[in-house]
Order: sequence, then C-alpha cells, then structure tokens
Amino acid sequence: MIGAGDSLPPFLVSGRIGAMQRRAVVASASDQWVQCAKCKKILFKPDFEQAMRVCPSCGHHHRLRARERIAFTVDPNSFVETDADLRPADPLGFPEYADKLAKGAQSAGENEAIITGIATIEGHRVVLGVMDFAFMGGSMGSVVGEKVVRCFERGLEQSLPVILFCASGGARMQEGLVSLMQMAKTTAGVARFQQARQPYIAVFTDPTMAGVLASFASLADVILAEPGALVGFAGQRVAAQASVGKPPANFQTAEFQMEHGMIDLIVPRKQIRPTLAYLLDIFTGGARV
Amino acid sequence: MTIFDFEKPINELESAIQELRQLVAEKGIDRTREIAELEAQRERLLRQIFSHLRPWDKVLLARHPKRPYALDYIRLMCESFVELHGDRLGFDDPAIVAGVGKLGAYRLVIVGQQKGRDLKERQRRNFGMAKPEGYRKAMRMFQLAEKFRLPVLTLVDTPAADPGVESESRGISEAIARSMLTLFELTVPTVSVILGEGGSGGAIALAATNRVLMLEHAIYSVIPPEGCAAILWRDPNRAPEAANALKLTAEEALRLKLIDLIVPEPLGAAHRDPQTTALSVRSAILQQLDELSQMEPEALREHRYQRFRQMGVFQTAAP
Ligand SMILES: [Zn+2]
Repeated sequence: MIGAGDSLPPFLVSGRIGAMQRRAVVASASDQWVQCAKCKKILFKPDFEQAMRVCPSCGHHHRLRARERIAFTVDPNSFVETDADLRPADPLGFPEYADKLAKGAQSAGENEAIITGIATIEGHRVVLGVMDFAFMGGSMGSVVGEKVVRCFERGLEQSLPVILFCASGGARMQEGLVSLMQMAKTTAGVARFQQARQPYIAVFTDPTMAGVLASFASLADVILAEPGALVGFAGQRVAAQASVGKPPANFQTAEFQMEHGMIDLIVPRKQIRPTLAYLLDIFTGGARV
Repeated sequence: MTIFDFEKPINELESAIQELRQLVAEKGIDRTREIAELEAQRERLLRQIFSHLRPWDKVLLARHPKRPYALDYIRLMCESFVELHGDRLGFDDPAIVAGVGKLGAYRLVIVGQQKGRDLKERQRRNFGMAKPEGYRKAMRMFQLAEKFRLPVLTLVDTPAADPGVESESRGISEAIARSMLTLFELTVPTVSVILGEGGSGGAIALAATNRVLMLEHAIYSVIPPEGCAAILWRDPNRAPEAANALKLTAEEALRLKLIDLIVPEPLGAAHRDPQTTALSVRSAILQQLDELSQMEPEALREHRYQRFRQMGVFQTAAP
C-alpha cells in the first residue's frame, strides 16, 4: 500500500507515477519512500521492508545486509555469533588497502564481509554464514576464508548442517596470492566436512561471482539461488570479449545458471527459510536407511 | 625499459657468436679469442640484467613466447609419457594435457596446462586457458591416480581459466572448485610446479597439492596485473606498478609461505636453456616425491588440509 500524507519523496513529482500515487503527491522529502532499483517504481518503505526488500511491483530482490538476512532466516533470538573477533590484516602492504578497510568498516558497520554463527531454522540447529556485499563487495580475503573454514570445522565437530549465504564479487585482490589461496582453503573445508555426513546448503544471492563461486559456493550438496541474482565466473565484459557471438540476455543470472544445471532451485526470498527447513528435515530428520 | 629491450643486445651478441662459430666450422679460421670475448660480454650483460629483475620483468619472462611449456618439460624430463584424452562427458580440452608416464623411479599421472607455440596451435590450445572440460579431464586423471595409487604431478601455466560464454554455460566455476575438491580427497602424493603463469582460479584448480614448487621467473597471482591496474587506477598501462603491488613473484610467494620451493632457472631464464631447466625441475620433483612417498595415505590427505588450512593473515581483536 502506498501511504498518503505529507511525507512523499520529491522525485514523485517528476512523473512516471500511477494515478493513485499522483493523488498523494506532495513535494516534500522523506525517508518513508524508496525507489525500486529495477523498475524504478516508488515504494512505501515500511511495505518494502515488510516484503524483505523485494519489489512488490516487479519482484526485484534488492540486496540485503548480512544482519537483515540473518533476522529473516533464523528463529528469533537463536543466532549466536562466532569468531566476531577476527579482523583483516594487510599482508602485502597493498596500496590503499588499509584505507579501504577502514572506510569499509565505517560505511558497512561490520569488520568483515561475512558474519558467522550458530542458529536454529524452524528448530533445526545449523552453522550459518552470511556474506555481506556492503563490506568491500563481499570479497574473500583471509578473514572470510578463515571464517568459512571454521564454519565447516564447527559443523564437523558438532555434527551440524552448514548453511552459507553467498554475496561476493570474488577474491579480495588487495590480499594478492593470499586471497587466491582462500579458494583452496575453503574447498579443503568442504572436502573435510563431507565426513560429517551433514548437509551443506549454499544460497546464491546477488552477486555470487568469481573466486567465491569457483570454490566453496559451487560445492554445496544443494544450491539455492534468489531470482535474478548475478552468478558467474568472469565479469560480463571479459566474458563477452572472450566469446564468439553475443551472450544471451539472461547471461550470468541465477536463471541462466539453473538452465545450465549449476543451481538446484531458484527460491523467492520469502520462501528461503521454509525451503531450508524442509531440506534440513529431509537430510537430517531421521528414519534414514 | 623492459626485459625485452634488454634481450635485444643479448640476441645480437648470440647471433654474432653463432656466425663466428659457423665461420670456424666452414673455413677453419681460428676465432677462439673473439668468441670467448663475445661470450664473456654476453654473460656480463645477462648477469647485469638478471640481477635487477623487477616484478614486471618476471611477468614478461613468464609469458615469454619462447618459454618452455608443459609438453616440453614432459618430453625433457620424463622417461616416457602417454597422453590420455577426454572428460567422458563429451569434450577433450587441448588446453590441458594429461596422461601417465614415468619419471625416475616413479610411475605417475601428469596433468598440465599447455600453451601453443605458433598462432594456429595457440588458438587450438586457447592460449592455455582451460575450459570446464579441461578441469573435468584433470579430475578424471586424479581419480585414476587414486585408484591405481599413483602420485600426481600438475604443471601450471595459464593466464586464467577460459572466461567465455561457452565455459560459463558448462560450469567453469564448478569445474575449478571440484578440481580442487578432488585433489583434496586424494590419498596419494601430489606435487605441482608453477612453470610460467600461475593465473588465478585457473591455476589454483590444479595446485591444491601437497607440495607447490615455482620456477624462479614464474608468476602466481590472484589477478593479472593489467586487470589489477584497470581496477585500481582505471589504467591497464600501469600494469608494471600493479605487478609490484600484487607481490606475484616466486620470491614473494615463498616469503608468504604459500609455496614450498623455488626451482632456479639458468642465467637468462628457462627459454635460454630448456634442457638444464627441465633437469632442475625433474630433480626437485623427485626429491618431493621421495619425501611424500614416506607418508601414509591418510597422512598425505591431512598434510594437504593443514597446508592450506594455515594460509591467511588476519588479526584477532582484543575482547
Ligand atoms: Zn520493481
């Protein structure tokens, strides 16, 4: 519902609005309104938040911050954060990295690009990791690598499923070869976790790219993805340059990846929690042969 | 000035030496002194150049069109080798050569990235950029090694995994990830050698091994310096600066404890003497295999886990 009153954004007067909205137009600024990044419709913020930042008009799934994601996913008050004390270092003394880290921490309000912990999802106890694109594009450096491995180790020690929400542009260039090694390190974690015979479920959110996609993310027992999420190996321009002919219109979307067998299921945001719970029940619910 | 600018006078000296030698052979004129003088000059020049190599020079050397490639090493260092083909899923990727062979006392499985020497072969081998089917062929070989308890040798030389639409459609990311996963599951000794370019995901896909060796002038990087410069400064021409920042040399990789050993190259780099280089690589590999063969199968897997588990540099905040 679009609310009426005196708290409307100034851009409403510039056109591209429905009749019902036009009636409500008042040229005053407010944070009560947001614009859909895709269809550009003006949305009433409380409704938008209620819909988990999914546009009610076009269905576009806007990016979530890691803590919002956790709140939407786990049982209330069940999340206990782990390894929150890990902080990035600057192993290469890379240009501007220290500065970027400081700015990233300030603007994102987080110390790194992943939050991990233990929680329950509809009563199922799981190890949970949620990446945060807002911190340096969700890039994987040493801290992300370490926290992901610890998720798998914790899952193995406590015999718990591991759920990882991916959101990343890839490896963190500023940590050079150390960040490339995180691909191997996290994969080693997956390899060892297999002994636990507990499910590892990955959820690809916008975007899941490059070094993260080409390591632990693609190795889950079941891979879910949000509609329209960007999922791919190389940047679109690089991919196009390296190819004969034009990439298809849906190139590197979750839908494209599902068409090509790389994703099990595309799940709208609202359905992710019940879908995870269903899968957890199937894989761990007992009465197994 | 780059290494290529320096190579010109060396090449000129080398052809002058060659001409004199021919003269001696054809006409029997004694030119020993002149030849010795030119050779000393060549040696001096090489020493001068190679004692001051910057990271960007190493990038150029690692990509040098005359640098020996995987098949050259296999030919020069193995007693025998039979190439095996195909991923059994519909494809055979020429960018990856794989097979079985003998090296010293060992029967082993070898998987390597292969660039092409001339334009036609370069295109056929996709410049050493493997597609998903290449990594899937590699995985087939790794499983073969496990089944018959053969050690695995991988030879890494790739600018990157193939980034094209075709590779994306067939799951290049998954193939890279699963190639590493397969290596982590093995209980046989695994050794990799970064021969030239260790290009990002395309390289680590084959290098999740018990031991990782690097040739002296090889590079190993999370991103090509051109790409890094484009991101950092929106200017791919600043790649030499990016090469400094990325710390992509063998020396830095060893200092960061990400590789185990640097295999020295002859003066003037591998392409000046592939034979000697291959023998150095051979003896380094054999030494690694001798050590790893002493370990129990489970210990090898555990060793590989711990090797990569401890990689990473971070801090722990005070509570
Ligand atoms: Zn919309």
